[in-house]
Amino acid sequence: MASSNDLNAAIAVTRFGLGARPGEIAAVAADPQGWLRRQIRPAGADQPQANPESGAQRLSAFRDYQLQRRRAREGDADPVQVVTGLVRRAIDADFLARARLAATTPAGFRERWHMFWANHFTVSGSKVITATVVGPFEQEAIRPRVFGRFEDLLIASSAHPAMLVYLDQAQSAGPNSPAAAYLRRRPQVQGGGGLNENLAREILELHTVGVDGGYSQADVTEFARALTGWSIGGRRESADKQGLFLFRPQIHEPGHRAVMGRVYDPDGVNQGLAILRDLAARPATARHICGKIARHFVADDPPSALIARLEAAWMASGGDLGRVAEALVTAPEAWDPAPRKLKTPYEFLISSWRAVGGQPAALEHLAPALTAMGQRPFWAPSPKGWPDDAQTWAAPDALIKRMTWAEGFSAIVAGELDPNVVAAGALGARISDPVRKAVARAESREEALSILLLSPEFQRR
Amino acid sequence: MTRPIPTRRALLAAAAGLGLSVSFVGRAAFADDGLARKKLITVIARGAMDGLAVSPPVGDPAYAALRGRIAIPAEAALPLDATFGLHPSLAGVHALAKAGQARIAPAIASPDRARSHFEAQDVLETGAGGAYATDSGFLNRALNAGGGRRIEALSVGATAPLILRGPIQTGSWSPGAAGEGSPRLPAILTDLYAGDPVLAPAFAKGLETEAMAATAQAGMNAMAAPAETGGGTPAFIRRGVAVANGLGRNVAGFLTQPGGPQIVALSVDGWDTHANQGGAEGQLANRLLYLDALLTGLNEGLGAAWADTIIVVATEFGRTARVNGTGGTDHGTGSTAIVLGGGLKPGGIIGDWPTLADNALFEGRDTRPTVDMRGLFKGVLADHMGLDRRALDSAVFPGSAAVAPVSGLV
Repeated sequence: MASSNDLNAAIAVTRFGLGARPGEIAAVAADPQGWLRRQIRPAGADQPQANPESGAQRLSAFRDYQLQRRRAREGDADPVQVVTGLVRRAIDADFLARARLAATTPAGFRERWHMFWANHFTVSGSKVITATVVGPFEQEAIRPRVFGRFEDLLIASSAHPAMLVYLDQAQSAGPNSPAAAYLRRRPQVQGGGGLNENLAREILELHTVGVDGGYSQADVTEFARALTGWSIGGRRESADKQGLFLFRPQIHEPGHRAVMGRVYDPDGVNQGLAILRDLAARPATARHICGKIARHFVADDPPSALIARLEAAWMASGGDLGRVAEALVTAPEAWDPAPRKLKTPYEFLISSWRAVGGQPAALEHLAPALTAMGQRPFWAPSPKGWPDDAQTWAAPDALIKRMTWAEGFSAIVAGELDPNVVAAGALGARISDPVRKAVARAESREEALSILLLSPEFQRR
Repeated sequence: MTRPIPTRRALLAAAAGLGLSVSFVGRAAFADDGLARKKLITVIARGAMDGLAVSPPVGDPAYAALRGRIAIPAEAALPLDATFGLHPSLAGVHALAKAGQARIAPAIASPDRARSHFEAQDVLETGAGGAYATDSGFLNRALNAGGGRRIEALSVGATAPLILRGPIQTGSWSPGAAGEGSPRLPAILTDLYAGDPVLAPAFAKGLETEAMAATAQAGMNAMAAPAETGGGTPAFIRRGVAVANGLGRNVAGFLTQPGGPQIVALSVDGWDTHANQGGAEGQLANRLLYLDALLTGLNEGLGAAWADTIIVVATEFGRTARVNGTGGTDHGTGSTAIVLGGGLKPGGIIGDWPTLADNALFEGRDTRPTVDMRGLFKGVLADHMGLDRRALDSAVFPGSAAVAPVSGLV
């Protein structure tokens, strides 16, 4: 007979964390909630790599490559193939390190909390140049701040070169800025001198108040004007500025800006910062994001009491994300024994490695399977990030792909493992009788392990 | 900053690319009323496809000035009528248009006006009057509007598109064969999933579809390889075109099987051209080459079944009439839908053209919509697929009785 602490330990490790490694559930059974709370720390999430390449280095490398290509350009050059090496090396290093951290960390909740925020502030590799900076973006902008104030996280994300490139901000120029006036006098010069709304709109719609947050098209345009000048140091700047955030006053739109009923004085880069701070503080932002947190951790259709609890913690603490995390892991609504979240492909693969006490040794052990299941590494389909609901991930074909992968994985790792022990370690008190029996009665270790990994309770958390 | 480099996505279509997701709905159990042979393919262009580049109104006096350096030159556009041409990348669509088998709706939009991709795709795919009003897609609900005909659904692609989600379990498939695993495992899992409202129906459908996919694949392999585009085109574009054409033929292989689907939903992404979208050539031109190749592949693969087919290409909203400061276009309102098929009646543009005159632009910036997207789909579902008009007004497109179906297309 499982005690409630046994069940709560299994929930803590598999729902809030990334799945149990052998012995992990037993080790936290004394105090499941305390185990989660101790993972919250001001320093933020763990860093997957000790001395990684920076975003600035990656952007410079990409620019070098572009320059070479422009010089050597002739005939049937295949830009996709040429750039493959660059992108490939970056994803190889960053994504593999990230997956190995996830597969081995004893602080699975901390890493899942990071994954939530990285997805909230999505930068996707679907734009090629951004593919090399998704890892640095997470490491530089997101990981250090996931338990800090939301305002700081929002500003770090919005000002990071990866985001400025991904959402077309770096080139956006005020139509009445000095640079635009200069260009108008020289009509032979093409390009430059215009506004791009993309980042401003997605900050409002996705990162802060949400699509129902009460803003209009005029607010988007005004915010975009305020953000003009948020750019990146290029080759003409000194070496210490290249590839880093750079405010360019000469393309900043002069004048006052009115966004969502508030007027902002002309103040260079501070004008955009002031708008971001106000957006971070709005109750609509707390409501939008706390709803997302509840949907990610608990259920596609989470209890409204849980969302209210998170919102209250957010507003009372001025958006202190450590306090919000604490409110989440201490909320009774979050500990409902019924597992209601279907794992995403990444969560499924990571938890499978954790279950057998292993970790992926090469990107080839991850990337093809994730792509086939619809979650290509660092390649979210849009700025909205990866979907977070069972309807998306339980497509019939995706389940067949999960089965195919689980069989291949089991064939490689089953070896001398005792599947009954693995099943007990992976699910603890969450395992059902039918699954326990099916694992015990399987014809081979491989089949037993496949059954465990594909079982309804392992597919959910 | 950077000259845009075409993403690898298009080249990896076999795995994830082109954002291809195909869904099929419906095989009729009722024989010989003709309706059982009818086929409908919807192609959703995700990311907001620029209607003014797809079907440039080169004869509209305001067009060239609004578009500046991304305008399609009148002499480069493939002519349709005095006002409209097609983008030079759409040569296959143009050939069909000349044969009366392709028409454009150049000022169409869903009822949504928020200019949010995600909200607008929700409205487009749910068929509702506003965002987040329902969790199911209109094609799923359309399955019940056939007067008792049995209808089934399949999506090809790794994730399930909203347009087909709903109470009726739909299948899904994407390229890549299932492994040679334990023959017992599917049966064991079927037992363990019994009673699970999500996993049980989806897994059953997945197993069923694997068998059908094998047949479709065999059919495709038997066909001749697609023709490649000319030698002046870079290799990566030629590969993308070949992949897209192959996908079209592969999907056609599903459709032409005995007992195969009647309705297919497919999506192609990568249309969010905020910067450096290009004109007659460039980023968007390449996207359109792939779209053209996909549609051509469907046409070629369907063979005789083309005569019973309608294809609708639609997007969640259009883009600003003016070029923006970064050689691209921002989120707009009206865009172009393309309707193709052997069953189409020849005719001019679908709906009125509001023009691009200053005072005609929606909110001073976008193509003003003159046709409700729901009306186009209602017309096709009623007249081509024979679905019940009252169900279309209520269950399929809730509260849309006031939205008239676009009639006379077939």
